Amino acid sequence: MKFDPFIIPFNIGLYFILIYVVTRSVIWFRDLSKPDKLRLQRGFFGIAFGLSLKEIFMESLIHRKILKTNFRLGYMHMSLAFGWFLLILFGTIEADIFSAKHLNAPYKAIFFRFFNPNHGRTSFESAYGFLMDLILAFILSGLFLAVAKRIYSKIVGMKKTTRLKIIDKIALTSLWLIFPSRLLAESFTCGAYGTGSFLTGSLGAWLATFLPAQQMAYPFWWLYSISLGTFFILLPITRYMHIPTELFLIFMRNSGIKTGDQAGTYSEVQTYSCSSCGICLDSCQLNFSAGITNIQSAYLMKAIRNNNDVSEIAHNCLMCGRCDQKCPVGIELSQIRMIQRRGDETENDFRNIYKGYFRSRQTNISEKTNGSSNYNFLQETDHGKADILYFAGCMSHLTPAIKNSMIKILDASEVKYNFIDEQGGVCCGRPLMLAGQDKEARELINFNSQMIWKSGAHTLVTSCPICYKVFKESYYLDVEVLHHTQFIKRLIDDGSVKMNFLHKKVVYHSPCDLGRGSGVYDEPKEVLGYVSRLERSNFEDGNSLCCGGSLANMKISSTDKKKIALDAANELTKNNPDILATACPLCKKTFSSVTATRVADISEIVAEALVGKSIKINNGSHINSIKALANI
Amino acid sequence: MDKFGYTISKERQIDYDSNNRGVASYIFEKEPSFRLCIECGGCSATCTTASFTDFSLRELNILIKRGENDQVRQNLKKCMLCGKCTLVCPRGVNTRNIVVLAIKAFQKSDNYEI
Amino acid sequence: MSKHVVVIGGGVAGLEVAGQLSRAGIEVSLIEKESKTGGHLNNWHRLFPDRRNSIEVKEYLDGMTHNQRIILLTNTTIERFNRNKGHFSITTNEGRELTADAVIVATGFDLFKSARKEEYGYGIYDNVITSADLEEMFRTGKITLANGSVPDTIGIVHCVGSRDEKVGNFYCSKLCCVTAVKQAVELREYLPESKVFCFYMDMRMGGAFYEELYREAQEKWGVSFIRGKVSEASETIENKLLIKVEDTLAGRPLKMKLDMLVLMAGMEMSEGGEKIAGLGGLNTGENRFFAAADNHFGSNKSNIEGVFFAGTCTAPMNITETISHARAAVVEVIDYLKDGK
Ligand SMILES: Cc1cc2nc3c(=O)[nH]c(=O)nc-3n(C[C@H](O)[C@H](O)[C@H](O)COP(=O)(O)OP(=O)(O)OC[C@H]3O[C@@H](n4cnc5c(N)ncnc54)[C@H](O)[C@@H]3O)c2cc1C
Ligand code: SF4
Ligand code: SF4
Ligand code: SF4
Ligand code: SF4
Ligand code: SF4
Repeated sequence: MKFDPFIIPFNIGLYFILIYVVTRSVIWFRDLSKPDKLRLQRGFFGIAFGLSLKEIFMESLIHRKILKTNFRLGYMHMSLAFGWFLLILFGTIEADIFSAKHLNAPYKAIFFRFFNPNHGRTSFESAYGFLMDLILAFILSGLFLAVAKRIYSKIVGMKKTTRLKIIDKIALTSLWLIFPSRLLAESFTCGAYGTGSFLTGSLGAWLATFLPAQQMAYPFWWLYSISLGTFFILLPITRYMHIPTELFLIFMRNSGIKTGDQAGTYSEVQTYSCSSCGICLDSCQLNFSAGITNIQSAYLMKAIRNNNDVSEIAHNCLMCGRCDQKCPVGIELSQIRMIQRRGDETENDFRNIYKGYFRSRQTNISEKTNGSSNYNFLQETDHGKADILYFAGCMSHLTPAIKNSMIKILDASEVKYNFIDEQGGVCCGRPLMLAGQDKEARELINFNSQMIWKSGAHTLVTSCPICYKVFKESYYLDVEVLHHTQFIKRLIDDGSVKMNFLHKKVVYHSPCDLGRGSGVYDEPKEVLGYVSRLERSNFEDGNSLCCGGSLANMKISSTDKKKIALDAANELTKNNPDILATACPLCKKTFSSVTATRVADISEIVAEALVGKSIKINNGSHINSIKALANI
Repeated sequence: MDKFGYTISKERQIDYDSNNRGVASYIFEKEPSFRLCIECGGCSATCTTASFTDFSLRELNILIKRGENDQVRQNLKKCMLCGKCTLVCPRGVNTRNIVVLAIKAFQKSDNYEI
Repeated sequence: MSKHVVVIGGGVAGLEVAGQLSRAGIEVSLIEKESKTGGHLNNWHRLFPDRRNSIEVKEYLDGMTHNQRIILLTNTTIERFNRNKGHFSITTNEGRELTADAVIVATGFDLFKSARKEEYGYGIYDNVITSADLEEMFRTGKITLANGSVPDTIGIVHCVGSRDEKVGNFYCSKLCCVTAVKQAVELREYLPESKVFCFYMDMRMGGAFYEELYREAQEKWGVSFIRGKVSEASETIENKLLIKVEDTLAGRPLKMKLDMLVLMAGMEMSEGGEKIAGLGGLNTGENRFFAAADNHFGSNKSNIEGVFFAGTCTAPMNITETISHARAAVVEVIDYLKDGK
């Protein structure tokens, strides 16, 4: 047999998807900036290509990262992706070795059994058949988990499963039908001819005992072909587009292309690469503490793909970066969210089939500003010259203990410093940036830069991680920017300050903008380890929690913030530490409103431990002895 | 008869009935905590911007609620979104969101969307 | 056989309850965790609204409770609290077993811990004190700053730890406004040269003779009242306290340098009360105080039959209200015991 009409749906689907992917890639390539095009070309002939192949194998097929986070979920993804890959690979080889002709059309491999029902009688043939059955069984086991996940998502160890839209449901059904229909089609054929290996052979033989196998096989071959065809045609407008897109993503990333701050090819490729694995849902505190379940990155990616208005989703996020850190595909989720924040509201674009296949990219023309300066009331002030500048940050003015401790430490270290925002300063600009108002932020950044530059200082120390991040990343300054924990670490290292050891049990909460946001994990812990008994928690470094107070979320209610703070504080204080230490005024304020454990900034603990030249103490005074009575 | 007697200068009064309170309704809907303000002035006391220029978030809020929009528009953009006000507010008003929504609402009212 | 009632907490409410019950012929065990009775009353110097000495009230209460039917157990707390067949068996920390026909909880309030409002600098700046600290100063008769000098300008901050969602207390503590006015007057009395400013969100002068005291403060003592919530305090180089507030009535931000800042700390459910709530399975409300069975006609009743509340363990009250509430509790108990339970 050479041909049978049942292969037509499959053939249409296959050629459609091939043409589509090629067209799409051409469009993507065309939209890249010049330098990025060059990068890609260089990547193609360089080491990036090899690296990408390896990564594609490890991540797109084996799903190593998902396996590491959640074995069952990883196995599910692996068996489907890797299994299908093997089935196609070995199927093609099978068709190639065992057919009369070489270089067969793809359908010959896919429907091999239909065209070669008698195959499998020699020992080599049957060994090969065994292998093919094994691969099919492997896929079916994963499929079983996938179906179970939909029905009961706990089985794969996930708390939430991503929600689906109708087209996705059809595509999902066709995907689910592919392998069972192949199994039944092959089994019936084998049953009729008495061939097949342990799976198709035995199932076929058994089915043949009570069913007319010969007649039953044909409809299942049709079903198999239709499922494949439907799946391929719907692929571009469903989440399964991630399968081909991820290959591009990996290659682009390895070629050194960066996300940038406007929507473009690379951000689009990333949005399409999301496999809706749902790992980001489980890492999000808005989800598990506050019960806000529609803004997580998986939903953001989906809403962008669907041309929905995402402004509400984009802004209702702490920008804590937890999901970013965990996404197995390595999508730069925070950056993509920021792109959406910079853009304005878009009209909800209800599905238009054409747009589904060729989506119009949202362009960010920031028309939020009226062109004139918003902050021309700011007046330059002269702070004089200094080597070191200390910038407490807006929030620290509401946590005088941090401010005072820093003054003590700076005084004790005898450096020449200037406390630039002692009387209150100008905001660093990051809150505006987080709100997507870059132009406005730039005004504040320029103002502050002028002042810093004029001081002639070589070091800028700040107590606020929010300021720290923006000083480092968005100020073009010739000074070294340090968070106060880094500065204190240096003072300890070069012996400028002496400290006692405090016999206190301390647990450290890493602030988002300092830890995940700026990669400063070690210095705070080293300082704490130096002055106190630092204990470990379950949420360290990249896995740190967000206190909930994040300025990045302008939509969240104070009640929901508190829920997040409470859960996080409970986790951190599980082992009853004496102090819950942090390195951010905002974390401090947020936590101290929900826990009875003492919350202190690292600077306070250090100031407490300082030896010598200690600052004025009035403990003997009348007023303080009275306060001691009230034992605060 | 109608023309007889005293007239009250328009500028002095908040003409509650004819003022357009669309901006306020827009904010009420999107940010319910806008209703919770008790005019304590905590936000405007701590405000970063207020230490440099004539700006009071509390006052802006109440003027929007009364529909006195003209006095508000230009000032809104002076806010730096620094967030100190949110940390101080005893009523848990989501102050920054109100600023952002108000700016948006004014844009919309210019386009006759609200 | 005479009945036995255990009263937990020996503050104003507990003492009044014990005294009244004993007068009605009921045996009382009064459990007080501190070494002496009186509760917060012991810390106050002169009382609003009429500025009488608090000792007079204490003497009245002591007079009520000097009585053979009352067994006073000081330095005592409760470890176990069970109800079976209409009786209560109570175990104290010293292992003493008590059996009671009814229990009255009068565990009072705790003062809000002002250090939690870090922006006001209590525990950080020497010259920031609380209303309770100021009472203590009045008692010692010496009002001085950390450097020993006499304060010239004094600010009083209302609503510290009350009406503030940031510390989780939505409610009004009801008597810190009048305490502020009373203390402002006293400060002016002690320090005739001083200037006193009250920073308030609302003046809640709803008790008998409160408004009159407010008027007197303005008229006779020249106390200034500024409407605005103080957002933060900082210390200047010359050791003054710089506060930020908006004068909301003038519509302008106001900066002021003060020598001393007095925080009107609010009232919270007491830790001792929370412990009893846990032991006895007693309901507490959203404000964490004990939840009365009915807000109108059952403010002394708890969710457990035979357990009653008296005083500020259910809500902020002044002494007058505390004593009335305590007497009402006695009526409830007598009524309950009469039913033969
Ligand atoms: C700053 C300030 C000033 C005030 N000034 C005045 C004023 O001038 N005039 C006025 O009318 N009112 C005044 N008040 C109000 C007054 O203090 C209260 O009305 C009164 O103290 C309430 O009495 P109480 O018995 O309910 O509570 P408390 O006085 O708190 O007494 C409770 C008692 O129970 C004990 N206790 C708690 N838990 C346990 C336990 N588990 N086991 C055993 N014992 C326990 C405590 O040790 C305490 O002795 C003032 C309040 C404040 C905050
Ligand atoms: S964004 Fe990443 S973690 Fe989230 S569903 Fe998509 S692939 Fe998974
Ligand atoms: S950044 Fe944080 S808050 Fe935002 S979606 Fe990711 S995990 Fe959730
Ligand atoms: S966010 Fe705006 S209104 Fe609030 S304190 Fe900062 S500058 Fe002032
Ligand atoms: S701090 Fe809050 S309650 Fe007070 S005026 Fe500002 S918004 Fe209103
Ligand atoms: S009584 Fe006055 S000071 Fe006390 S909480 Fe109420 S309003 Fe505030």
